[in-house]
Amino acid sequence: METLMAILIGGLFASGIYLMLRRSIVKLAIGLVLLSQSANLTIFTVAGLTRGNPPLVPEGESMPLVPYADPLPQALVLTAIVIGFGVLAFTLVLVKRVYQTVGTDDMDEMRSTDGFKD
Amino acid sequence: MGILVAVLSGFLVALAAPWLTRWFGDRVGWVIALLPLSITIYLLTFIPDLADGGSVRYSIEWIPALNINLSFHVDGLGLVFALLISGIGTLIMLYGGGYLQGHHQLGRFYLYILMFMASMLGVVLADNIITFFVFFELTSLTSYLLIGFDHNASKSRYSARQALLVTGIGGQFLLVGLILLAIAGGGWEFSVLVDQADVIQDHALYVPIMFLILGGAFTKSAQVPFHFWLPGAMAAPTPVSAYLHSATMVKAGVYLMARINPTIGGTDLWQFVLVTFGAATMLLGAYLAVQRTDLKQLLAYTTVSSLGTLTLLIGIGTDVALKAAMVFLVVHSLYKGALFMVAGTIDHETGTRDIRVLGGLRKLMPITSIGAAVAALSMAGIPPLFGFIGKELVYEAVLDLDTFAIIIAVVAVVSNILMVVVAGITGIQPFIGEEKETPKHAHEAPASLYIGPLVLGTLSLVVGAIPALIDTSIMEPAVSAVAGQPVEVTLYIWHGVNAMLIMSIITVAVGVVVFMGRQQLRSVTNQTNLLAALGPEAIYAHLLAGLDWLSRTQTKIIQNGYLRFYFLTIIVVLVVSAIYPLMAYGNIQLAGDLSDVRIYEWVVVAIVLMSAIMAVRAQSRLAAVAALGIVGYGVATIYILYGAPDLAMTQILVETLTVILFVLVLYRLPQFATLSERGSRIRDAIIAGTGGLLMTLLVLVVSNERFYDSISQFHAEESYPSAFGRNVVNVILVDFRAIDTFGEIIVLAVAGIGVYALLRLRLWEDRSEEK
Repeated sequence: METLMAILIGGLFASGIYLMLRRSIVKLAIGLVLLSQSANLTIFTVAGLTRGNPPLVPEGESMPLVPYADPLPQALVLTAIVIGFGVLAFTLVLVKRVYQTVGTDDMDEMRSTDGFKD
Repeated sequence: MGILVAVLSGFLVALAAPWLTRWFGDRVGWVIALLPLSITIYLLTFIPDLADGGSVRYSIEWIPALNINLSFHVDGLGLVFALLISGIGTLIMLYGGGYLQGHHQLGRFYLYILMFMASMLGVVLADNIITFFVFFELTSLTSYLLIGFDHNASKSRYSARQALLVTGIGGQFLLVGLILLAIAGGGWEFSVLVDQADVIQDHALYVPIMFLILGGAFTKSAQVPFHFWLPGAMAAPTPVSAYLHSATMVKAGVYLMARINPTIGGTDLWQFVLVTFGAATMLLGAYLAVQRTDLKQLLAYTTVSSLGTLTLLIGIGTDVALKAAMVFLVVHSLYKGALFMVAGTIDHETGTRDIRVLGGLRKLMPITSIGAAVAALSMAGIPPLFGFIGKELVYEAVLDLDTFAIIIAVVAVVSNILMVVVAGITGIQPFIGEEKETPKHAHEAPASLYIGPLVLGTLSLVVGAIPALIDTSIMEPAVSAVAGQPVEVTLYIWHGVNAMLIMSIITVAVGVVVFMGRQQLRSVTNQTNLLAALGPEAIYAHLLAGLDWLSRTQTKIIQNGYLRFYFLTIIVVLVVSAIYPLMAYGNIQLAGDLSDVRIYEWVVVAIVLMSAIMAVRAQSRLAAVAALGIVGYGVATIYILYGAPDLAMTQILVETLTVILFVLVLYRLPQFATLSERGSRIRDAIIAGTGGLLMTLLVLVVSNERFYDSISQFHAEESYPSAFGRNVVNVILVDFRAIDTFGEIIVLAVAGIGVYALLRLRLWEDRSEEK
């Protein structure tokens, strides 16, 4: 099943990168979301997958029953999801402001704000 | 302990200097001068010990793991330098107060110059070579700040940067040289390395060590071809020129050569290099000096010449030469410090430093003119001043040479003749003859300005007339330290009639004649100025311009402003650099093992992939966002399937919020348009596809390896017994790794503040619209 996930990760990564290479700033934001999904799944997958069996300690036991899903990548991914959301929220509002201010969503036309012209 | 205080107190007082300036106003110079004065008195107490052949060490640990200690060593050589630094420093602190009286940045001046003084004391007293290097570089930095003191003038900034670049690059050579030296000699203290001279000189790295260390010394002490920064440094206020660029800092390189002489000196190569460069610098400096008409420029070039003399003498390396070096060092500091201060006083009082418009100041400035005359006579080497003894010793040392004695002697005599001329031009000419019209009407300077030249002049006179005052007590330990063995030093003003005396007489006689014809000399030598276009300063300017060009060009290429090209670069570099190790070391089961995949897993993955493709191909914004939502929920389903309910819950919440946010924002954005060419779309697709393939391969390889299983196991085992939580993931987040979660909260809070600020932000366009 890791093989299947590897294919999925590659697909999400490629879609994310392709969108981030577009000139439209909204597509950039969508690509960013796909890219973070791909990254989260990577962390989740490389630690090894276990069907079912979440890492919970049943009543009367002192540790989860073997086999259990690895809790460590889950903790990492949980943090990543939340932070990713924070970044995305900021990006979206920034996109909106940029469009309001510059009047375009074409990133090729947003190159001279720092006065660097060639 | 006392040494440490003596060195570091300068830094502390420096920090307080701006406040002291505010409290004491114009009298601050007299207050601050107390610090170098007390350091001088403290240093004088070392004389009896050192005269008996002893030395004092003090060390505390700094970074012991790297063999770096704050260790100090007071021997004869260090003491002579330290006395010059603190003694002349006392006079300069006074002088600076008078010279910059009422300057709105007087506090900053004292801050810099005290830091410089402390660094310089550190240079000459440090025993650990890394500590030495740190102080050595600090003097370059403080010199940079002081040259650029008048930072509104572009000339000052240019000169400051030039000095910093030249001495700073030399410093890098020095650091490498010192580290190699420590490796070769097996020690990190000068006092240890000096006993390893034989080992070091036979070491395979001896030649690189020598050249690297000399790279630091030659740049710092303005030896040809690095001499050009020193006249530029005259952009600094005159007290700084008098202190840093004649009496002390530029001698740090000379100090280094003297300090290292018993360790790596004395070989044929060492002698050849030092004598060649020293003699060239001595001659060129004096030659360039007589062309100048600006008092400070004249003095700056003669300083270059004197530094060449010192290098030459250390290179010759005989007992006489080292004796000459130490004596000439003191001689030069005394007269050059005085003449610089006089030049500053003249500038301060008349408003000009151009010798062509100066004259007849002796009536207006009688006290200053006495200080100037004594210093000039010492520079010219007239008995009974100390300069005479110095010059006799220089000639004796030169005549002692085995080879090329005649050539070097001629160089020395010619340079000294030119020195006599410059002494006359700078110390005598402004004060004699007709009174001339100057921009300001001159009158006698305040005491703070003439005390310095007077004290230094008196010292030149006293130790010149009675050299026994310092010969065995101060000079002998110093020469012995440079020689690395005891050397007897007795100085006489009268040697009887010998070759040196005859050379001295010739020098002065010809010097006086040339002084009379100085205008013709200036116009003749000016003809050679065209050669400057090929000189090291021009090369420096070209190099700098080239660097600017390179920086501009590469910025245009790399920082081209197209985000997607940055992306392209990153992805291409990633793919290219990952492919090889992946192929070479990775264990890829390309066939993949899909036999254990269940049908519903196929379905979920297919839905997610199709939605991703839909997001890519969508023509409408809403369709793209909807596809994005499906991807998110699909991924959440995958989390559920593989035992991560917490992730799934979070993912579903976040995905919902994301979709809502997108819809809210998209409402205000334009429709999607196809902006790119077909060609670039295909290129991007290929690159993105390659990147995706790489990720797939990476996951396949990496998921075959298991790293540090014990960490996960620890958390699972300890979750309930230690943290009393049954949900291991939650326990990790809020207990084991609570600080990380706290950091995450901060990130979210910052993002939230950012969002709020962006929404509230009103740019000037908005405001103008409202009007």
